[in-house]
Amino acid sequence: MEKSLSWREFIITRLIQTSGYSAILFVALIFFFLLREGLPALSEAESSSLLNIRWYPIEDYFGILPLLTGSLIVTIGAALIAVPFGIGTAVYISEIAPRWMREILKPLVELLGGLPSVVLGFLGILVLSPFVRVFLDLPTGLTALTGSILLGGIAVPTVVSVAEDALDAVPRAYREGAWALGATRWQTIWRVTLPAAKSGVLTAIMLGVGRAIGETMTVMMVTGNAPVLAVKLGSLFSPVRTMTATIAAEMGEVANGSTHYHVLFFIGMVLFLISLGVNIAASSVVFRAKKRAERILS
Amino acid sequence: MKPIQSIMKLPFTLNRHLAQRIGFTGITLMAVATVTPIVAVVIYILSQGLPAISTEFLTGFPHDGMRAGGILPAIIGTLYLTIGTAIFSVPLGIAAAIYLSEYAADTPLTRTIRIAIINLAGIPSVVYGLFGLGLFVLFLKFGTSILAASMTLSIMTLPVIISTAEEALRSVPQSFRTVSISLGATRWQTIRRIVLKEALPGILTGIILGLERAAGETAPILFTGAAFLLPRLPNSPFDATMALPYHLFVISTQVPEMPIKIQYGTALVLLVFVLSMNLIATVIRSRARSKRQW
Repeated sequence: MEKSLSWREFIITRLIQTSGYSAILFVALIFFFLLREGLPALSEAESSSLLNIRWYPIEDYFGILPLLTGSLIVTIGAALIAVPFGIGTAVYISEIAPRWMREILKPLVELLGGLPSVVLGFLGILVLSPFVRVFLDLPTGLTALTGSILLGGIAVPTVVSVAEDALDAVPRAYREGAWALGATRWQTIWRVTLPAAKSGVLTAIMLGVGRAIGETMTVMMVTGNAPVLAVKLGSLFSPVRTMTATIAAEMGEVANGSTHYHVLFFIGMVLFLISLGVNIAASSVVFRAKKRAERILS
Repeated sequence: MKPIQSIMKLPFTLNRHLAQRIGFTGITLMAVATVTPIVAVVIYILSQGLPAISTEFLTGFPHDGMRAGGILPAIIGTLYLTIGTAIFSVPLGIAAAIYLSEYAADTPLTRTIRIAIINLAGIPSVVYGLFGLGLFVLFLKFGTSILAASMTLSIMTLPVIISTAEEALRSVPQSFRTVSISLGATRWQTIRRIVLKEALPGILTGIILGLERAAGETAPILFTGAAFLLPRLPNSPFDATMALPYHLFVISTQVPEMPIKIQYGTALVLLVFVLSMNLIATVIRSRARSKRQW
């Protein structure tokens, strides 16, 4: 009895341990498969071709610059929306709202995070893009701007929840100290609470941006899918195409093992590396802030 | 606060308070502007989609190139994919959470695991689709199938489940474990009978939120298991399947002259599917919070 119990315990402990390591395994596997299928693109497509400004796979033009700039412009637009509204909402929920309001708002923001992106894209096609077209008098409503607005909405929940956690973690004594010195609640928020939560708020912004870069279905449905170099401000009001949308739209139709197939995996690899960079940077900001706090407190 | 300031009668108090009033109004308006569209989207889809809902729509098969009939294969497909995802991600996710909260010391390895989890959570969904295509569909030769799509989705949901479950496990007070061990229980017995039991509502919330995300995703299943049109129900895990999110994508972008009513109806069914999971998670969490004695 005693023996079998300890054997079972041993096996279960090992199983749990292995599961714990699985996250590392999966990240490694994902990276490995992206490399395996993506790296051949470098030798198959002529190296000048990948940095070309034309994406036209049928004639072997695999320039990913238009896609990079497309992703960039849509993401910047989304960040311009998601950052102020996300942080504003987080400040409201954590510092200003009465308790009952908080209980309503938090699940609502979470709900936005749970809305399937395809539903937002669907409404983007039917409601938002006609509005953008008429309101700005454009030839088409399927533009980078339309994508940015929807992506902003998609990134907001990430920004709100991370920023709100950061604000919540600021010790109450900081606020009380400011109040005792005669600061108003507003001054306290701007000059004490937000600066104290700076690293967390920065993380929130980075994770929100990361979420926006990686979003696929919504941008594919509403940005018009035109792979043109988007470097002017005016590009915001014309159709663009992002890296994610290109993979999603074209992978279904390419022959496995073709150059086009490898290039799409290569784009996936670029996306993977971007998200890896964003996330490692975001967690190192938190880590450094924690270290600094420990130093100050000790 | 107030009395002190009125005693002091500083000349700039009014300005500061005016600034506060303006600031608070501005921030409140921002929060309202953030939340209103969410409510509007839900109400709009509900009102536009309801007329399309009928028994035939919910239990029938699509015909006339999906322009008529029902969406049963898509509903069942999403159900299968969600269950398939749960089969892989729930045990693995809970076990990983137990490891992180109950076993792992703060070593470089543990920190690497945490960074890996954060990164898994940040990887774009379409990249998961590529990975699923490379590993499950082509390398392991599962084909475009429910199995390949479920496994892809389950790796994507893993970080959500692990981090919420770990948080739930950590919130169980240390004293519970100490008492259990002192009564002669082994570590695993303590985890299974005490810690897991207490953390169950939190873990359930995490599982549902993770599966909610899986049910609504399109990009990871695009090349791993989604079928454009399948006028029957899938009958093995190696079959491809229709799914609600992909179906909505297809009928709103790929099929010309698609009746708008069916589009809104499909969006409504998907939204109700996902939101009811969200609601269940919220209820479980708030009930557990109000019942908690420690």
